[in-house]
Amino acid sequence: MVYFLIFISAIFVNNIVLSQFLGICPFLGVSKKINTALGMGAAVLFVMTLATLVTYLLQQLLNAWGLGFLQTILFILVIAALVQMIEIILKKISPSLYQALGVFLPLITTNCCLLGVAIMVASGTYKLPMGAEPGLLTGMLFAIATAIGFALALVLFAGMREQLALAKVPKAMQGTPIALLTAGLLAMAFMGFSGVV
Amino acid sequence: MKNKALNTVLNGILRENPVFALVLGMCPTLATTTSAINGMSMGLATTFVLICSNVVISLLKNLIPDKVRIPAFIVVIATFVTMVQLLMQAYLPAIYEVLGLFIPLIVVNCIVLGRAEAFAAKNTVGLSALDGLGMGLGFSLALTLIGAVRELLGTGSLFGMNLYSETYGMLFFVLAPGAFIVLGYLMALVQKLLKK
Amino acid sequence: MAKLQSSFKNMLLSLTLIALVAAAALAGVYMLTKDPIAAAMTEKQQSAIMQVLPEVEGDIRIAEAEESNGVTLYKAYVGEEWIGTAVEASTEGNQNMPFGGTFRLMVGFNNVGDVVRYVVLEQAETPGLGALMSTWFCNPDKPKSNILGKNPATTNFSVSKDGGDVDAITASTITSRAFLEVVVRAYNAIAQQPMLIEKVEVEPAEVFVCPNGNDPLECAGRGCAEQYCLKQKGGQQ
Repeated sequence: MVYFLIFISAIFVNNIVLSQFLGICPFLGVSKKINTALGMGAAVLFVMTLATLVTYLLQQLLNAWGLGFLQTILFILVIAALVQMIEIILKKISPSLYQALGVFLPLITTNCCLLGVAIMVASGTYKLPMGAEPGLLTGMLFAIATAIGFALALVLFAGMREQLALAKVPKAMQGTPIALLTAGLLAMAFMGFSGVV
Repeated sequence: MKNKALNTVLNGILRENPVFALVLGMCPTLATTTSAINGMSMGLATTFVLICSNVVISLLKNLIPDKVRIPAFIVVIATFVTMVQLLMQAYLPAIYEVLGLFIPLIVVNCIVLGRAEAFAAKNTVGLSALDGLGMGLGFSLALTLIGAVRELLGTGSLFGMNLYSETYGMLFFVLAPGAFIVLGYLMALVQKLLKK
Repeated sequence: MAKLQSSFKNMLLSLTLIALVAAAALAGVYMLTKDPIAAAMTEKQQSAIMQVLPEVEGDIRIAEAEESNGVTLYKAYVGEEWIGTAVEASTEGNQNMPFGGTFRLMVGFNNVGDVVRYVVLEQAETPGLGALMSTWFCNPDKPKSNILGKNPATTNFSVSKDGGDVDAITASTITSRAFLEVVVRAYNAIAQQPMLIEKVEVEPAEVFVCPNGNDPLECAGRGCAEQYCLKQKGGQQ
């Protein structure tokens, strides 16, 4: 039950994009089409699960050696290396997806939701529903749930933007401003989940 | 020469403002601007990292082979971010606590890596420092502005000074959706003003 | 100087060199800031303790921290005379949970158990809403919500909606319930100490029970409309 609540909490109540403000760049950048949004979401899910696992274990080593201050530098390098790996693998097995995401894959490195979640899980400072203790299993579930929440926000937003492309928007509002306003409305809708868990 | 220096600084503040024109670094822009002070502290921390990393990368640009430049840049940036993190923890614990996670996340702020790649790797040390300063100030100004608007509308105060009763504040603006909406309107306003 | 070629040797050398210099620089800064960081943390704790203790003449001496019932007690003395206690307590162990994770308070009591002051040490409530608790319960202009100078043994420290004597933060009843329960738990921890004479332990704040038979937490989750539940309760009475 608690594990189920972790998912509800991370996907809806504390959605990484709409209430924690992590991963806004891809949220605004890769959300013009639902297909690309799905691809990006899947890529983030994959990288985030792996990155969180690796960084959590590394953090145990850092703690043991008293090198906690190397956290940031180590984590970002691990994530960069992982992204590079995934890029190579994707190029081999799915050239079409690689073409769609090609520009954005390197950008995953600078997607702050990856580093953010890695740091949160490694230092145990993430929001959990009552009864759940931070640890490896909860951390991994949290990472997966967060990535799903990211993908959900991205896909929902892409759907809205596809419609928005057909609408008449005042000149000054075109592009990012109207996208931000739309995101604001979406965030407001997600606020309705607050207190569910 | 002097003109060029001035232009480099102004470029970051106005024409290529990281937030309003380049739309970079959105995460801290939205997350840390619950008040003008918070926005400004975040902006200044980022400025420090920007200047330092720009200078160092510009100094090292010939020593770094092209193929490994991104990892090398990231190491340099992460080093300065960690320094900021440690220094703030030691001397500004109150602000560090508010900004929390977003300090280490300066590492992945697209502005820092973006400027390293687009400017510092091609220009002299002096100009790179000025570019870092200009971009940093532009970022700080934008964050302070957004923070001020949200604080004023949300809690009725500005820089912590109470201007009207908190009861009339619209809490909405301090909460998550308010961040998106304030930024959206401010960006539209800037676009409108710049066009004319 | 010409730009280095991307040969394997050059790449390896430059990356290793940069990583080494970075690690050395960081280790240096870490050594420099280690003590100030530790000092800043103790300082924060100490200043919170001093802030909530009663103002008295003379030097205040704070005894070793004591754990009791899940809270931490810091007893304060002037000379040998016990003048009050600062209690650090969090919502962990509460029956009324707040909305956004836990929060920690430092609550100061004088030697008869009146609340002197409190400081919010850590909180993750909705900014603006739950965060109001650092000013709400100590506003001298609003006696109905002010808890300073009141004693949990004589004042009912639960929100007025639940029949208590303290007005909840507007639109944040859940947070207020959790806050008051933390204060009462802090009080109970010192009420057990022999030095506090004639003070009886008070019942913890009444836990809200949903008349529809729902889990109170679900009820609190506004999904089952808290007001609706309360109305039902009022109707039955």
